[in-house]
Order: sequence, then structure tokens, then C-alpha cells
Amino acid sequence: MKLLLIKIFSTIVFLTSSSAFACSIAARVSIVGNEFPAIQTVGSGAKECKGAKVSANLTADHQKINVAGMSSEPAEYTSAIVANTSIVALLNDDLIRPLDSLVKKHGKGLKKNQLITIDGKIMAVAFMANAQHLVYRKDILKKLNIDVPKTYEEMLAAAKKIRDSGLVKNPVGGAYKAGWNLAQEFNNMFIGYGGSHFKGNTAEPNVNSESGVKALNMMKALSGYMNPDFLTHDSNATNAEFRAGNVAIMNMWGSRAATLVDADGVSDEVKNGMDIAGPMTVGGGKTPASTLFWDGWTVAKKISDKEAEATFIAMTNAIRPSIMDNNDIRKQAVWLIDGYKPTEAARGVFAAAKMNTTPYPMLPYAGLMHSAIGKEISDFMQGKETAKKTLSDIEDAYKASAKEKGFL
Amino acid sequence: MKHKTFFWFIFPTFLAMFFFITLPIISVSLQSLHTPHENLLITVENCDPFGCKKATTIDHDATKKLKENNPLGQYVGLDIYFDRGHLAIQQVKNLWSKTNNIFEFLKLTADLPFYKALFFTLTFTFTVTPIMLVFGLLIALGVNSFNQKLKGLIIFFSLLPMIVTPLIGSIILFWMIDSRGIVGNFLQILFEDPNLSLKASTFLTWIMLIVYGVWHAIPFSFIVFYAGLQTLPKDQIESAKIDGANSFQQTIHIIIPHIMPLITFVTLMQLMDNFRVFEPIVGFNAEAHATSLSWIIFNDLGGETRQLSAAATSSILTILGIIILLLPVLIKTWKEFEFKK
Repeated sequence: MKLLLIKIFSTIVFLTSSSAFACSIAARVSIVGNEFPAIQTVGSGAKECKGAKVSANLTADHQKINVAGMSSEPAEYTSAIVANTSIVALLNDDLIRPLDSLVKKHGKGLKKNQLITIDGKIMAVAFMANAQHLVYRKDILKKLNIDVPKTYEEMLAAAKKIRDSGLVKNPVGGAYKAGWNLAQEFNNMFIGYGGSHFKGNTAEPNVNSESGVKALNMMKALSGYMNPDFLTHDSNATNAEFRAGNVAIMNMWGSRAATLVDADGVSDEVKNGMDIAGPMTVGGGKTPASTLFWDGWTVAKKISDKEAEATFIAMTNAIRPSIMDNNDIRKQAVWLIDGYKPTEAARGVFAAAKMNTTPYPMLPYAGLMHSAIGKEISDFMQGKETAKKTLSDIEDAYKASAKEKGFL
Repeated sequence: MKHKTFFWFIFPTFLAMFFFITLPIISVSLQSLHTPHENLLITVENCDPFGCKKATTIDHDATKKLKENNPLGQYVGLDIYFDRGHLAIQQVKNLWSKTNNIFEFLKLTADLPFYKALFFTLTFTFTVTPIMLVFGLLIALGVNSFNQKLKGLIIFFSLLPMIVTPLIGSIILFWMIDSRGIVGNFLQILFEDPNLSLKASTFLTWIMLIVYGVWHAIPFSFIVFYAGLQTLPKDQIESAKIDGANSFQQTIHIIIPHIMPLITFVTLMQLMDNFRVFEPIVGFNAEAHATSLSWIIFNDLGGETRQLSAAATSSILTILGIIILLLPVLIKTWKEFEFKK
């Protein structure tokens, strides 16, 4: 009997630790990436590999350092964790290598839709999807007899009802901080109204349009129901407002919704009242006013083939299908990994994908447009300019920087 | 000092200045005259978890040859200096011919990114510097008249704002002036306006940044003036007292002339310091209401876009700005020097 128990016990130990033994690498691995729960999981998954040093530098400032850190010869970072926005900077400078042969050799557990191909070459391996969608307080909506908003027009009407009832003074939340965040909200709304940022397949800007004006006016209307400091609130600050019970409806990232109310000090009212739904449409359009994102990893070009192979093995180990057995990890994101069963928290992103939300464009000049929007739009939000003037300012600012970078 | 001795004495400094100041400035000005090569674009099919579609990307093989032949990039002369992100010559010309009166012209010009930043930078520099000089002197005079035993403690506390890192200091204040923070809430009660928000109005944001700038800079002027006060000519003050001069007259006619060189020094340092105002804008998340020249450089360098040539051009323009700003003070110092000779 005792012998049998020992046998069972040692088998269990062997099984649970087998994955760590399975990964052995022969050269250094160095990762740079953004910092949120799902990416931390990937970072620590890579560190399980034995045989050589694995280091990870996960920081919100990753975009400021990844290009420089991969330009040197040999590159400091052997892998960058990126999204469809940030991969562009690495592609533009030709800093990441095609992974086709490595996928053939070591990528058995990867699904086809995880492979990001540019011109037929695999340039990144995606592990999660992300999108902004509705997060709301079902207790408040129920109390006031309001249906869950499906469009931004309904959101405005709901906001008015909530404010008039006196329950929440500034019921709408949003990451409207001047710069990247505010520009992203404009992108969502602009796409929702059927706009497209560029003329055809060229780098010529196309935001100064009917859709642009409508998008700006809707954002202005929404901001009337926000905390007056909205231009200083990024998604962290907006989430803090929601946790404190100061916000009742907001458009928020799926990757943050799962753990939104897990923080210390959140009242039970907010904890039990929080719920999520798909992204909203606007202006009678069918495409949601949101954008789809994927997060994935890349392998640097300016490193030895040995290091590239080690990096590929370690990163594949980090996103192996068996990690989907862990409930806490499963909840962290909408994983694209084989064997992932969606949790409650994934409903919003799933709905976004099902509604054919537009993916964020992987264009070499998309970042320049994003930054031009972020710089110019706050004047309109403060009521200093007309929508037309702001849109033509955006185009002028974009043209100046695109000319400098050699796109126009 | 003999010329030879002087040369060997100053040589290490010159060497360091050449490597750490001259060379970088030359490199930055070269960069500001060049832009990256034209990117040759091709249309390819991209696939991601959400499907495949045609998209534009950079043709690296073709672009690589261009880069190898000319690693500095394309020479564009002063094009970047004159583009919309900087001096915006074309836009300003258009505004001049389109607008009817000077106010409208100035208002629209101040909407262009460079002039917007310049306008705030100059306003900040020319309000913070004089206020800080006056308050620094007043505090120094006050502390100087304190009891010897208390002085040490008071000096320590007066220096605290300077010890706090600007970025951290401004983040702390950012939360204090939030509409739910201690200062923000107090102001709402004081003015009986529950919607008062310091962060939502451009005017109030500017005031807040200027108050912060003064708070942060006062210790510097205070400590320099305080040191100067320790060298006051006692007999002159004594005779002024005997002649019946009150303490205000003493300050105006003896103390200020005595520490004038220090006032020039502090003005010089603070003009330079305030002209490159940066941390408070980041700390206060104030970029919607106020941008400065240094903030533009930071913004161009960071993020996905990395506009190196634009940042280099803004840097050179900032250096020119500082030279223009300091010129009157430098000329004055030079004249005094000549006069003494």
C-alpha cells in the first residue's frame, strides 16, 4: 500500500513538472514586452526553460526601447512581445526574422491562425486577442430600467438617465487621455462611422471626412457625461474610477476587464454589479466602433541562428497548450492557444470578433497617423476649434511627419 | 596666471566639453538636415488571427540599397526647419494673407505645434523667473533675521522642494489637486463651485504649472541669496542706520546692489532651466493644455513613430532659443567686464 502511494505521488510530481523538463535551450533568451497579467505569464513560461539564461524586461515603456534594443549587432533582445500596432516599428526597420523553418521544426503545438504572415512569411506568433468593449454596472441599469446599450446613441441616452437620477454624477468612463489613448478612441469611433484612415492602398490621409466630423461630435457628446478631468485619464485612471463606483458605463480593454474588480478595497456593490458586453456600434453602422488587436512574440533578426532557435523553443514553451489547464491563467486573456475554453470574462472580445470588428491596420505609417490624431484632437475636445479645423490639422500634421519619414 | 599654466589648467575641461557638448551638437545639427530615405512600398497579403487581407509594407531589399549607398539619409537642407511641425513658414504666410487683424493671426499661429509650445515655454519662463527671484530674496531676508538656533531647521525645510525629483513632485501635486484630492476639494469648497477642476481648464492648468515651477525653483534662489547675505558690508549698514535709513531703504540701496552679481547669476541659470520646462507637463498629464519645446522633442523620440530628424530640429531650435534669451544678460556681463578692465 505504502509503495503504491509513493508510486502515485511520484507520478503526479513527474507529470506536473514534466513540462519544465521538456524545455531545454542551448543559448541565451532575452525578452522585451508590455506589462499586464497575460504577458507576465508568457514571460515566466519562457523562464522555465533550462540550459541557458532567460531574462525578461516587461515594462509599459517597451515601445520606447524595443527598436533600439534590437538594432544593435548582436541584438540585446532576442524576442519582442508586440501587438499589431507595435510590430510595425520592428517591421519598418527590418529587425525581426521570418520564422517558417523554426515553425516547421519546433512549432507542433501552434495553430494556423496563430501565425502572423506578412507577404507569405511568418513574422510573429500570436497568443491572445484583445478589443475594447462595453463594461457596465448591471445593478444601476436595472434599477433605472435601462437596457444594456448596443449603440453609442443608447449609451448617451442611458448616461442622461443615470445622471438625472442622481445615482452617479459622471456616469460615462473612457480612456480619453490626450495622446495615444484619445487617438485610439477616435479610431474606434471613426471606423464605426464607416471611415477609413488612408486613401486606398496609399499613404495619403483620409480622415477629413463626414465620418470624421461625426466621430468627433459623438466623442464630445460622450465627454459631457465624463469626469471633467477626462483628458488626463488613461485606462488605469478610468478603471480606478470604475472601482470607486464613480463610473457606470464605459468602453474598456478586454485584457483589463477580467481582473478589473479584483483589486483591494473594491466595494461589493461594484464587484457584484460589474458586467461586460460586446462593443457598441454607432450611427446605424454594422461594424462595431472598436478595433481588434492580437498580442504575439517575434524573434530578432540580428542574433545568431542558435539564439533564434533557443528563443523560439522558450517562447513556444511559454504558450504551450497545457497552460490552459490552469484556471487563473485561462482567465487572464482571450487566448488563441489550442485547448482554450473561453471564460465569462472573454465574452466581450468574443462578441467583438463575431461582429466582424475591424483589426487595427498593420501599415508602416499607421503609427504616424495615430500620433498626429493624438496631438491635434484635444483642442476640439476642449471646444477651442471646429471639427473641420481639427481634422485638417490632423492631416497636415500627419503629412509633415510622413514626409519626414519618407512615406509621402 | 601665465598663458601656459592657464592652458594646462583649462585643457581637461576643454577636452570634456568638446566630446560631451560640441560633438553631440554637431551630430544633432547634421541629423536635422537629413531625413530617412524614401520608403519603397509594396502591396502584399498579410494574415493574422482575424483573416487575410492586402496591405502595404516596406520593400526592404530595395530600401536597403538606398540606405547602404547613403547611410546619413537624404540631404533636405532646411526643409524640416520650415515644415508644419517646426517654423511652419508656408502655414504662417497663408495665415498672414488670410486673416484680417493681428489678433486673429496670432491666435491661429499659436495653434501650430511649434508656436503653441514656444508660447507656453516663454510664458512659463517670464513668469516663473521674476516671481522666483522676488520670493527667493524675501525668504532669504526673512531667514537671515531669524534666531541663530532656528536657522538650520528653517533652511532645511526651505530646501525640500528642490530635493524632491521634479517628476515625482509633480505627480504628488497632480493627485493633490485632483477634484477629489485635498487641494482640489478645498478649492471647490472655498469657491463654492462643486464642478471646479484645475485639470480641465487651460488657464488654470497654466497657473498650476507656473505655481509648481515657482515652488520648485525658489530654494535655489533662496540659498544663493542667503549665502550672499552673509557677506554684507556691516559698516555700510551701520552708517546707513545712523543716517536714519529704514530697513526698506537699506535693502534697496545697500543689500540689492551688493548681491547684484548673484541676482544676474540666478537669473541666467533660471532662464535656462525654465526654458527647458518638461517634467511638470508629464507629471501633471498636462499635454492637452500645455506643451513645451522639450516636450515636443520627447514626444517625437518616444513611441512607435521615432521622428529622429524632427527631434533633432527641435533641439537645435531650442538651443537657438536659449542663446537669444541669454544674449541680453551675456552682453551686460561682458560690458561690465570690459568696464572693469
